[in-house]
Amino acid sequence: MADTHAEHTGLAHQFEDLAQQHDADTLGIWIFLVTEIMFFGGMFAAYAIFRWLYFAAFEGGSHILDIRLGAINTIVLLASSLTMALSVRSAQTGIRHSLVLFLVLTMILGGAFLGVKAYEYHQKFVEHIVPSLDWAPAGEVLVRLAPGGLDHAQLYFFFYFAMTGLHALHMIIGMGLLLWLVLRARKGSFTPHYFAPVEVVGLYWHFVDIVWIFLFPLLYLIGGRY
Amino acid sequence: MSQQIVPLKTYVLVFVSLIGLTLLTTAVAFVDLGAFNTVAALVIAFCKMLLVILFFMHLRHSGGLVRIVLLAGFFWLALLIGLTMSDYRTRTWTPAPDAWSITAPPTHP
Repeated sequence: MADTHAEHTGLAHQFEDLAQQHDADTLGIWIFLVTEIMFFGGMFAAYAIFRWLYFAAFEGGSHILDIRLGAINTIVLLASSLTMALSVRSAQTGIRHSLVLFLVLTMILGGAFLGVKAYEYHQKFVEHIVPSLDWAPAGEVLVRLAPGGLDHAQLYFFFYFAMTGLHALHMIIGMGLLLWLVLRARKGSFTPHYFAPVEVVGLYWHFVDIVWIFLFPLLYLIGGRY
Repeated sequence: MSQQIVPLKTYVLVFVSLIGLTLLTTAVAFVDLGAFNTVAALVIAFCKMLLVILFFMHLRHSGGLVRIVLLAGFFWLALLIGLTMSDYRTRTWTPAPDAWSITAPPTHP
């Protein structure tokens, strides 16, 4: 056994071979992602209840969000998922420079998403619709929020910040993981036989994308804009 | 090892479909469909999720164990949201019983 281990790079001693290790790695991240489904699921369930209870307030809150920025950010994030998938493909085919290129592109797109998100958060402060910290809606925003009750509208923005904030935190962690992959990929740590870290981070990144795929319609779209 | 190398064309097609669905769901938000606005938004989001899971996350080429783990996750999520919502939405179906009546003690034959 000892000499077969020495032949491969990246094989941990508790595994028979790289194939077994790869299966264990991917199963492990999938189990982690299931716990993440439950983590975000609690917030989605709470959102479903309160949107049903305070429908008018939540519709008013949704209406205030900038649907164009939300749509642009969705496209940016989907593009980052494409480049992430192409990173894994480059690792599988063993083309190191395109692996690094696609990983860096994924980071740039992730950064663009966070930039737009930061601008949206800034807008919330400008409009004074940050719950607790700066809650004093006025003008057109007030007209939009008043029918559903301001307290319940504030609850909507609590959900908005908690859900998008938690999502953004996952993005920031993902960016850190991508940076780690770029550094390792540049050193040539990944081969067509050993690229599990790229695949595992990729699965995490796609999961974060899926969370946004649901946040976008739930927070931005179903706000009675017709 | 699930080492299937998916052709570049597949990834690009999936990406184009995802963008198409994003534009569609955004457009539908401006059309008044009543309650179906929410249904349409969630159905489109579900389709996008399937595309990402099957192609980008390689579930198409994953083993049965990974599929069972994922299905278990969705099953518990359905329990979480389904049972909680069914509780809230049925609370008003039957009126709460009256308090114990002290004027009419139980009679024994």
